[in-house]
Amino acid sequence: MSDTRSTDVHSDESPANGSEADLGEAGSQLSTAPTETAMPGSFGGSRAPGPRGWVTWTAREIIGWGRWFWRQLTSMRVALLLLFLLSLGAIPGSLIPQSGTDALKVQDFMDAHTTLGPIYEKLGLFHVYSSVWFSAIYILLFISLIGCIVPRTWQFVGQLRGRPPGAPKRLTRLPAYATWRTDADPEQVREAALKVLKRRRFRAHVTGDAVAAEKGYLREAGNLAFHVALIVMLIAFAWGQLYKSEGNKLVVEGDGFSNTLTQYDDFKSGSLFTDDDLVPFSFKLDRFTGTYERSGPNKGTPRTYEAAITYSVGAYGKDKKTTVRVNEPLNIGDAKVYLVSHGYAPTVTVRDGKGDIVFQGAVPLLPIDSNATSQGAVKVYDGYRNAQGVHDQLGFAAFFVPTFAGAGKGTMYSQFPGLDFPVLAVTAYHGDLGVNAGIPQNVYQLNTKNLKQFKDAKGNKLTARLLPGESMTLPGGNGSITFDKDIKEWAGFQVVQQPGNGWALGGALAAIFGLAGSLFIQRRRVWVRATTGADGVTVVEMAGLGRSESAKLPEELGDLAALVHDRAPTKTDEKDADPDQEPGATTPVPAAEGAQKK
Amino acid sequence: MTFATATNEHLAHLSNTLIYSAMAVYTLAFFAYIAEWLFGSRSKVARTANALTTDGARSAQAPAVRVRRAGGTAVLERPKVVTRAAAGARDVPDGPGAHGGDEQGDLYGRVAVSLTVLAFAVELAGVVARAASVQRAPWGNMYEFNITFSTVAVGVYLALLALKKNVRWLGLFLITTVLLDLGLAVTVLYTASDQLVPALHSYWLYIHVSTAILCGAVFYVGAVGTILYLFKDSYESKLASGGKPGTFATSVLERLPASASLDKFAYRVNAAVFPLWTFTIIAGAIWAESAWGRYWGWDPKETWAFITWVAYACYLHARSTAGWKGRKAAYIALIAFGCWLFNYYGVNIFVGGKHSYAGV
Repeated sequence: MSDTRSTDVHSDESPANGSEADLGEAGSQLSTAPTETAMPGSFGGSRAPGPRGWVTWTAREIIGWGRWFWRQLTSMRVALLLLFLLSLGAIPGSLIPQSGTDALKVQDFMDAHTTLGPIYEKLGLFHVYSSVWFSAIYILLFISLIGCIVPRTWQFVGQLRGRPPGAPKRLTRLPAYATWRTDADPEQVREAALKVLKRRRFRAHVTGDAVAAEKGYLREAGNLAFHVALIVMLIAFAWGQLYKSEGNKLVVEGDGFSNTLTQYDDFKSGSLFTDDDLVPFSFKLDRFTGTYERSGPNKGTPRTYEAAITYSVGAYGKDKKTTVRVNEPLNIGDAKVYLVSHGYAPTVTVRDGKGDIVFQGAVPLLPIDSNATSQGAVKVYDGYRNAQGVHDQLGFAAFFVPTFAGAGKGTMYSQFPGLDFPVLAVTAYHGDLGVNAGIPQNVYQLNTKNLKQFKDAKGNKLTARLLPGESMTLPGGNGSITFDKDIKEWAGFQVVQQPGNGWALGGALAAIFGLAGSLFIQRRRVWVRATTGADGVTVVEMAGLGRSESAKLPEELGDLAALVHDRAPTKTDEKDADPDQEPGATTPVPAAEGAQKK
Repeated sequence: MTFATATNEHLAHLSNTLIYSAMAVYTLAFFAYIAEWLFGSRSKVARTANALTTDGARSAQAPAVRVRRAGGTAVLERPKVVTRAAAGARDVPDGPGAHGGDEQGDLYGRVAVSLTVLAFAVELAGVVARAASVQRAPWGNMYEFNITFSTVAVGVYLALLALKKNVRWLGLFLITTVLLDLGLAVTVLYTASDQLVPALHSYWLYIHVSTAILCGAVFYVGAVGTILYLFKDSYESKLASGGKPGTFATSVLERLPASASLDKFAYRVNAAVFPLWTFTIIAGAIWAESAWGRYWGWDPKETWAFITWVAYACYLHARSTAGWKGRKAAYIALIAFGCWLFNYYGVNIFVGGKHSYAGV
């Protein structure tokens, strides 16, 4: 070993007395941190002539560099550097819009920054947490972690199977020290000390003229448990990402949903997910209730959202009733059903010129502000014939406010999210809705390209504000649209399946306990030496060594010394003597002598 | 209904009055701490200088500390334990505290602590009144978060004092920032008391937010210790290398604990609360899982909590790595606390995300 720089890996402090060499075996392995050795410039050594020499030299060189690289990666400094990089690398993801959370914002950013946008895109800054460089950092960090904890685990197992190391020669050198002279035999003292230490749950045994004891193994156990738990959490997270599925479904009151792929409005899944993984269940939305703050500065702020549903598990499961709230998803097997959004679905009836109903139903509209001003479209695809009896399609652009400000107030925007003064504004079109082109289209928007607007008698565009129960008649005997009194609400549900959550939670809990153990438990060694002095009197010496300089160590040593002292009291004729005359206590301890030793 | 609202408004009003009263008492405490420092500057303590410059002082002081423990039953005298400082460490005794051994200074210091206790009680009552007025945990917006945060920070300080820890020197620094924090709360961040949005209706609010506040308060105390450590350490280094620090620096820093003690204090405080911070993040993840459908989604608040966590992990590791101990580790600790602060103020004000409720 030519160099003793940086010895400690992954947490903990080096022994209080700095120099392990000084204490010999006594201070050894109090930490299981591996020692790092510096490497000479070349690993190949001398090169024998000929191709064979070259091959062996190259092999030595490659192995040497491989080892060097591995040592570097698993060294504390590199681990620190990777931790730094990890936290630095996480920052841009919180400041730049991320496509995973808000793709729309990313698009806005791209439009606004024409030069910066493409650069960011190339660097993966719109999906930082799945980018190559971010993955590289945490994968390297975890390899470093594994390279660190595997050898430490073996060392720790070795320590558990072995016994605490024997007493160092000069106990006075240790950070806490006590001594007294007693009438008891050295053997009696050792026996008493062994008993005391074992009762205090030290691992203790007699070696030579001293008792060696150690306690606090849970520190290292906790430390290892914490780091293993981090790996478990990472794997659980990755597993969850690969097998996860997430779908959204908008359900109007009275309608149902069954958990198959085709029923979803939109659906995302991890790369290893298959459709068979969907948990079979179905539910019906009975009622959605939303309440809102009625007064005060936060008027209109939602207070409760509740969706009363009836659900059944499996193909022929029994119906059960429950309520899904914002913080309380419904758990069915691996799947969770969350309530994520809501809105209004006014019921409208469309009649043709003869008065026959061609469309009747609740039309879900999308809220565009926090007071639930909503918009959408009513589309009548087939079954409608115009006044001339020719097939035609009808489209109505709908604008809905649950609480209208009142006519002449100049605004059509809603004043409150509750249903206080509902008004539906409709604009009527006819023509080709564009559904037959086979291009998927937004059900909430009218594609007016091939539509013609109805005009009233004066030639103005036909539009009307309807109160519940009111109708708008289409000109020329083309029928009517009625805003029915039954205004329904809809609820948006998100169904999420993410395996590995249990493992992640287990890992997280293990991490906390491991961390607490590794930070709060002190590992310490205590030695009790009893020898017969030159004058035939037994001299007891006790000393303690901890990993960090803790005020608790001398306190504990004092307690232990008192207990041993009870069993082997100070020699009777010395009781009145000046306590400062005890050996070892008066002479000032030369400082840092061992520190210079290599 | 109307009656209940009237009671609530009355309580909210009472809470505001109590918070303003607490600020007034904190201001008095602040002046008392100032008086303690001023009177303390009369005494001429130079323990650090003696320990580091005079050779004679060194042998006179070794062995550094003696722990004498009299037996509880007093039948048998217990053996004495002799302790020895770490090899290579500067053997510097702790300063006497802000009062510098001056009797009048000490008196003002005691007055300051008493006033702090009073202000703490008043502020706590203000927080409780606020909670009663909104009938929920008072952590629904940044104003409430701020008043709770400063209450807890002072609570941590008083708890350390009650545990007979040598932390009275923290007083002036802490109360100054508590006043700033409260000033910010009542002027910029004030939000009239109101109820919570549905996403906050969960018992996890109590668990997640209360631990977040406690962690912040303790991290803050640790950060103050770290900053003072940096000052004291450079003061000691200057002395040890034969330099002569300015009179103001000498006067103030001589009265603080030794740099090693400050470093240890900051480490203990940070290390003690790190598992709790881990728990806070995990509790938040569990809550997010039931509220938002995923336990981790890289929301800005989550991301910064993670960055803070990694930064503190860095600090704990750095402190045990050769070449990173001491000042470098201390800088990391300050960066980590900076991350916490940004997570609290910066993310709410500049970034947004799912953690913003009720305005800010």
